[in-house]
Amino acid sequence: MPLESAAQLLPAVVDLPFREGYVSSIISVSLYVSVIAVTLSTLFSLPVAVLMGFSEFPGKQLVKSIINTGMGFPSVVVGLLVLFAVSNQGPLGALDLIFTKQAMIMSQFVLATPPITAISLAAITGVSDNVRDAAHVLGGTRLDVALVVIKEARYGIATAILAGFGRAISEVGSVLIVGGNITSADGISKTRTLTTAIQLEARQGQYGTAMVLGGVLLTLVLTINAVVVRLGDEGAMNR
Amino acid sequence: MSLAGCTQLGGSEAAQNQAEVAGETLTLTTTTSTYDTGLLDAIHPEFEEMYGVTVDAVAQGTGAALESARNGDSDVVMVHARGLEDEFMRNGYGINRRDLMFNDFVIVGPESDPAGIQGMGSATEALTAIAESEATFVSRGDNSGTHTKELNLWEAAGTDPGGDWYQETGTGMGEALNVANQQGAYTLSDRGTFISQRSEIDLVILVQGPIEDGPEILANPYGIMAVNPGVHDNANYDLAMAYIGWITSPGAQDAIADYTMNEEQLFFPEAVSENPDFQQYVPEGWSSDSSSD
Repeated sequence: MPLESAAQLLPAVVDLPFREGYVSSIISVSLYVSVIAVTLSTLFSLPVAVLMGFSEFPGKQLVKSIINTGMGFPSVVVGLLVLFAVSNQGPLGALDLIFTKQAMIMSQFVLATPPITAISLAAITGVSDNVRDAAHVLGGTRLDVALVVIKEARYGIATAILAGFGRAISEVGSVLIVGGNITSADGISKTRTLTTAIQLEARQGQYGTAMVLGGVLLTLVLTINAVVVRLGDEGAMNR
Repeated sequence: MSLAGCTQLGGSEAAQNQAEVAGETLTLTTTTSTYDTGLLDAIHPEFEEMYGVTVDAVAQGTGAALESARNGDSDVVMVHARGLEDEFMRNGYGINRRDLMFNDFVIVGPESDPAGIQGMGSATEALTAIAESEATFVSRGDNSGTHTKELNLWEAAGTDPGGDWYQETGTGMGEALNVANQQGAYTLSDRGTFISQRSEIDLVILVQGPIEDGPEILANPYGIMAVNPGVHDNANYDLAMAYIGWITSPGAQDAIADYTMNEEQLFFPEAVSENPDFQQYVPEGWSSDSSSD
C-alpha cells in the first residue's frame, strides 16, 4: 500500500508544479524565522533555567507550572496576541511589523521559550549535586559552577533546543496570522513558510503539492534532529 | 532590481515617479478568490516593474481583509461584498473606491443532484429546494464576500438555514469546495475558484450565474479602495493610488481579461467605460444632502 501511494505521488515529484525558487525560498524563510526565534529563545531561556536551577525562592513551583503551561499554549492564540501587539493600532504599531518575518519571529519566540526553559531546567536540576560540590570545592566561582553544570546538562539542553525548534518550525497558526503567508508575484517567499504553504495548497485542493511540501518539512526536521543527535554521540565518545 | 524597469520606461516623468516610490512595499489585503486563482501573481509583475516596488498580497477573505485595512495594516484593499465595502467607506476608512472587475457565483453540487435544482433559473428557489430536501449544504461561514452573498441569498429566499444538513466550514473557498466534494454536498462558489479547481473535484455547476445567463442576483463584482490616509497616516497612500490607477487602466484591465485557467476566462474587467458609473466612488444610496450644487 505505501508503495502504491508513493507511485501515485511520483508524477507530482517529477513534474514539480512549482516555479523556480519557490520551494527553496519557502525553506529559507522557514529556517530563517525558526532558527532566529529559537536562538533568541535559547539566549533567554538558558539563563532563566540556570538561575531557577541554582536558587530557591518562594513561588518557584508556581513559576515552574506557569512555564509548563506555556508548553501547551495554542499557537493561534499566541498569533492573535502578537497580532494585537504589532498591528498598527497596537502598542508596537509604530514599528510596522505586521506581515513581516520579525513578527513571525516574535510569535515563534513566545512559542519556543516555554519548552526550552522547562526542559533545560529539568536537565540542569538533574545534574548531580556531587558535580556542583566538586566544582565549588575546586574553587570555582558561581559562574564557573554554572558553566560546569551547563556542560554536564548539555544533552538535555540540546534536547530542549530541539523541542523548541520542532515547535517553532512546525506550527502554522501564529505565522499565518502575523505573517500573512506572502510571496512575491514571481513566487519568492516573503513570509510564507512550509507550514503555511501546505495550508494554502490544501485550501486549493492541491493535495499532491501539499504532500511534497510536507515531505520537505519532515525531511528538514529529521535531518536537523539527526545532526544534533550525531554531534551528541561524538561528544559522548570524546568524553 | 528596479533599474531595468526604469530604463525601459524611458520617460522622465515615469523615472520621477519611480524615484519617489521605488523600493517601497504596497500591502494589499484581498480575498482568497483573487489570490487562489493565481490572478494577482499573473498581473502584479508589470506593476512592480513599472514602479520598482513590491506588492505584498495577503489573502484573507473579504471580512478579514477589510478588518486589516480598518486597523491600518494594509494600504489598499480588493474585495467583493458591496455592502461591507459601503460600510467601510461610510466609516471613513476607505476612499477612492473603483469598480474593478466581476465574475459571478454559481451553485455547485454533486451530479446526482438530490435536491433537483439543475437548471433552475432562480438561485433563491434552488436554495429553498435544498433546504426542503435537507440535502447537505456547505457554507463558508467565514464572513467572506462569498459567505455574505450566501447569507443574502438565504434571506432573499425567506429561509433560515440550520440543522444537520447545513455545515459551516469556516474556511476559504477552495477548502469549502473540497469539503463539499468529499460529502457530495451543495455549495455556493465564485466561478473563478470553481474553474480553477474543477479538475480536482467531481462537483458540477447546477445553477449558473449571470455570465452564463443565470439570475442577476448571483453577480459577483469586485471593488478596490485605498485606505484613507486621513485616518491612518502610515498608509502608503501614494502607492495605493498608483496601484488603483494602474489596475483600472486599459492595459491592466486587458491583462485581467486575458487571464484564463483551463482555457476559461475567470474575471471580467469593468473599470474602463465610456460612461463611468459614478456610484462606484461612494457608498450605495449616498447622496450629497448636506451640500447643494
